[in-house]
Amino acid sequence: MTTIPDDLRYTSDHEWLRRDEANPDEAVIGITDFAQDQLGDVVYLDLPAPGDEISAGDRFGEIESVKTVSDLYAPISGEVLAANGELEEQPELVNDSPYDEGWLIRVRIADESELDDLLDADAYGAQLPAS
Amino acid sequence: MGGLKRLVLRERHEALGARFAPFAGWEMPLQYGGIVGEHEAVRERVGVFDVSHLARAWVEGPQAATQLRSVTTFDVTTLPVGKAHYSLYCNEAGGIEDDVFIYHLPGDRWLVIHNAANADADFERVQAVAGDAASDVTPETVMLAVQGPDAVALLSNVLGEGFAALEARDCAELDWNGTPVLVARTGYTGEDGGECIVGADRAADIWDALTEGGASPAGLGARDTLRLEAALPLHGNDIDETTHPFEAGLGFAVTLDDEAPFTGREALAALKAEPRTRRLAHLKAQERGVLRSGYAVHAPDEEEPVARLTSGAFSPSLRIGIGMAYLPVQLASPGVTLEVDVRGRALPVEVVRRPFYRKPRQS
Repeated sequence: MTTIPDDLRYTSDHEWLRRDEANPDEAVIGITDFAQDQLGDVVYLDLPAPGDEISAGDRFGEIESVKTVSDLYAPISGEVLAANGELEEQPELVNDSPYDEGWLIRVRIADESELDDLLDADAYGAQLPAS
Repeated sequence: MGGLKRLVLRERHEALGARFAPFAGWEMPLQYGGIVGEHEAVRERVGVFDVSHLARAWVEGPQAATQLRSVTTFDVTTLPVGKAHYSLYCNEAGGIEDDVFIYHLPGDRWLVIHNAANADADFERVQAVAGDAASDVTPETVMLAVQGPDAVALLSNVLGEGFAALEARDCAELDWNGTPVLVARTGYTGEDGGECIVGADRAADIWDALTEGGASPAGLGARDTLRLEAALPLHGNDIDETTHPFEAGLGFAVTLDDEAPFTGREALAALKAEPRTRRLAHLKAQERGVLRSGYAVHAPDEEEPVARLTSGAFSPSLRIGIGMAYLPVQLASPGVTLEVDVRGRALPVEVVRRPFYRKPRQS
């Protein structure tokens, strides 16, 4: 059974976004449990560097598993503040802990209204294929 | 997945959480828990693969050896009873139509293992020379590969002393609680182990005995990463009708010093005498990244690719990308550095000796 935390926002491309409670103009982005399960063992990530700009709906990097390679799409627009450096040595954190230790990037939110375009947990879960 | 053949042990695989994928007309377990974990289980302990998609054909009778010799590159007439050997089916131009394993069993009985994708053409090839002496037993049998450092101990435990007595590439028919089981000390992972063929009605029992005895189920995903680390070619990827045995490093499977005619003999004799223009080379990434089949290989400062990868993967054992490609001979030597175009990124790779992975010596 795939995990879909209630407190996150989602894209139909299987990225999640967590708004930082302490710094509400910042957000952390990752891929969902469903996505990591579909990819299988993650072995390589190509993530943007701090200072790069990402744009809602556009490709911001790629994630590669033993089986396949997949593009990463930005849930919102903003400036990249950090990428998860732990993933360089331990890409499997994306599989083991997709919503926590396996986070991908931290961004400064450029346009708060874009958050309204994201899915809540129920809406994201409803559009997953029935298993 | 309509139209795909289903494995006899389908329910066993489902119960273990297998994910299935179409492969050569079969619906096959791609993975159970995860490819890396299954790969490691085989490298470190023991894994079991359901390889029943491989086709199994008997050729029987006093003429079987010469009949097989007429269609295959290796001189099987020299193969002793109780031995198995790798061989090739070539066309008249010397191109590789399939790679096969041939078992010589007592009583002029020969078993040939064909790749699933070529099963129909291969059986026709054998039938054309052996007629009614050839029979396809693929539907009524199951084939399991048990591989890893603990595989021989497990197989000996389950099948008894008959298996324990086998040496590398030996084959035999054993009695397992009244059921005949054909076994061979062979495999496709670079590990020790064996393969067994058993009637479909007893397949679940032997699967259960192996898994309860400690074998981790492993799928086609791990089978591919394991065989690539061992630098074993896959027909349809690394060898096919456009490649010949000598450039693929498979000259050991071609016998030309006898007089017996076989399909492709003249072309292979000519190819062997010619200087090689290209050779199947083994490439290891020098930076993080995954090599995949079809990616272009570039020499420094050259616009046009010198080759494309015929296979590529992330090597779970080496934790780096590995692949194979037919390189011009001047570039195919160990130590040569090249670049692979990984979706726009130039990933440096080095030509290395095969295999990529060699199991540690027993101390």
